[in-house]
Amino acid sequence: MADELLRVENLKTYFYTLRGVVKAVDNVSFTLRKGEVMGLAGESGCGKSTTAYSLINLVPPPGRIVGGHVYLDGMDLAQMSEHELRRKVRWKRISMVFQGAMNALTPVYTVGYQIAEPMIYHAGMDKQKAMERVEELLSLVGLDPGIAKRYPHELSGGQKQRVVIAMALALNPDLVIADEPTTALDVVVQAQILNLLKELQRKLKMSIILITHDLSIIAELADKVAVMYAGKIVEWGPADVIFTEPKHPYTQALLRAIPRLRGPIDKLIWIPGTPPDLVAPPPGCRFYPRCTKVMDICRREEPPMIEIGKEHYVSCWLYAKR
Amino acid sequence: MASISVEEEKFKLAAEMAADVILRVDNLKVWFPLRRSLTEVLKRMPPRYVRAVDGISFDIRRGETFCLVGESGCGKTTTGKAILRLVDIHSGRTFYRAKPETVEELAKTVPSAVHSDIVEVTAIPDKRLKPIRREMQMIYQDPFGSLNPRFKIKTILEEPLLIHKIGSTRDEREELIVKALESVRLVPPEDFMNRYPHQLSGGQRQRVAIARALILNPQLIVADEPVSMLDVSIRAEILDLMIELQKRQNLTYIFITHDLAVARYICDRIAVMYLGKIVELASGTELIEKPYHPYTKALIAAIPEPDPSNRLRMRVVPIKGEVPSAVNIPPGCRFHPRCVAFDEHKEALKDMCPVHEPPLVEVDKNHYAACWLYETFKKS
Repeated sequence: MADELLRVENLKTYFYTLRGVVKAVDNVSFTLRKGEVMGLAGESGCGKSTTAYSLINLVPPPGRIVGGHVYLDGMDLAQMSEHELRRKVRWKRISMVFQGAMNALTPVYTVGYQIAEPMIYHAGMDKQKAMERVEELLSLVGLDPGIAKRYPHELSGGQKQRVVIAMALALNPDLVIADEPTTALDVVVQAQILNLLKELQRKLKMSIILITHDLSIIAELADKVAVMYAGKIVEWGPADVIFTEPKHPYTQALLRAIPRLRGPIDKLIWIPGTPPDLVAPPPGCRFYPRCTKVMDICRREEPPMIEIGKEHYVSCWLYAKR
Repeated sequence: MASISVEEEKFKLAAEMAADVILRVDNLKVWFPLRRSLTEVLKRMPPRYVRAVDGISFDIRRGETFCLVGESGCGKTTTGKAILRLVDIHSGRTFYRAKPETVEELAKTVPSAVHSDIVEVTAIPDKRLKPIRREMQMIYQDPFGSLNPRFKIKTILEEPLLIHKIGSTRDEREELIVKALESVRLVPPEDFMNRYPHQLSGGQRQRVAIARALILNPQLIVADEPVSMLDVSIRAEILDLMIELQKRQNLTYIFITHDLAVARYICDRIAVMYLGKIVELASGTELIEKPYHPYTKALIAAIPEPDPSNRLRMRVVPIKGEVPSAVNIPPGCRFHPRCVAFDEHKEALKDMCPVHEPPLVEVDKNHYAACWLYETFKKS
């Protein structure tokens, strides 16, 4: 694809724990276009955050990327040295809004200084110029530039989240990874932050990878959706298709488990059982123990990624041509 | 003669309780005092309070699920805790229709709080609350924090039995524990009894928490965000379990949540709280389909839905600014500084909203709202 920004191929990130090797991310592949928003959905522990960390090679030990490639404009980030990543990629090309980042602001510095820091250290701006840019950024995220002189404890949760987003935008990255950007915020504030992300994405034409367990939030923002289960992407495709005609039994179940605000009150369904232990995942399809449509082959062989529609992939034996 | 009329007056509220009402809350206030600075003490300034719950009243019918919905800090959890007497109450009264054995027990210890089968919970001294606690239990939000990690599941479930002296022998208690685990579908119970909380998944832990609340055979359960820490895929399982248990044991739930969609699924009635007050109260479907209060309207507009066409439009949330602190509650209607409807009808409402607090009035059949908008325009 000509307008491709990021291509992830067979990414594997394993954690080497005392209990054994946890295959947190196992053979994950996807591509992301310029200016596209991709939602990465899944239950807790399915490897969605680890996937994000792997993209910028920030996997905390004992985790390690053990295979695969992350191409950004032809550069393979998975092979890059720490020094190069820091100089060329992080903040400048890819930045991240970490989960709970708004609570990680240091209480002893003004928020303005904290936003300026990456500009001073990564882009070599002088302090004066950086502070000017901070004011610009603050108004971009809908805050009063005067907030630069305030300390984190003086701000509300929504304001802090905006500060953290401003920080991620500091060096005009092509891709912003937002890990659960609205968890812990109230619904009204959440709607405001989602509106802000929408607006920024349109204005700056940046790409976003949005990681959340909440499919409703993904629907608010994402053009593409990838659903992860137990370290693997089980379904990947355009949002319109995933939400209206989900193919994988897991995606179908997940969507029917969400209580709706409008329309008839249908009986919710749930997925019995728990996700597998990633030290010893079940053979074959990782979802088969919880799947209602399980077949013989599911227990034995891992399903391949099948292209079922335009840019719509699903990893399930139900759709394999026999 | 005089003493009888005082007695009558005292229990007027209780006597008026309809037969199917299990709990009546009347003008309940929970104020947390702020620490006073030296200057404040020297200047003899009045003490300041966080007015977490600031005068709410409602009736709960037996067997219903009553939802308290609102943003964080609106006082919904504090209300739940105040009903169970887990926090100190500033003023207000709660009346509760107790089981005969509880009434009998309390009639001996605190006769002044008992009126036929109704107990004035707020009139019972702390030390005599035990019989009431047996009938009202709580389920907490975080199943990771609410279970002692050093206790086995068996011990966790045995503790309430020991405290309330139910089951005289170990075997008897174990039988009750097995039954409780079976009722929350943790089967086979023997498998779970000797495990520790960390060996269970989030959903299983929450079921243990439910079993612990139910083991004393209570009538009223306060469930404080019981599903918000759980994964979507198992939320429905816990909600359906709660519905099933409610039907089987005729339980009454006070269900606290910030999620209106969850509330609509499980609740019969929903009360929306804002800064310590109930602003709107109606049946679940009514409230969501026909909201009256501008705050409820904003809340509903803010909720994301799994519809991918949403990404193409901005979400319009008709509300301004942020929630003020519960220390400095705005005068008049506490919502007016954020209210869009007030801005629209400023001329008509300028003498009302910023000055007088709106009462909770019936705006439609069994639909209550506290907003001058409907009061004012109804008259004219």
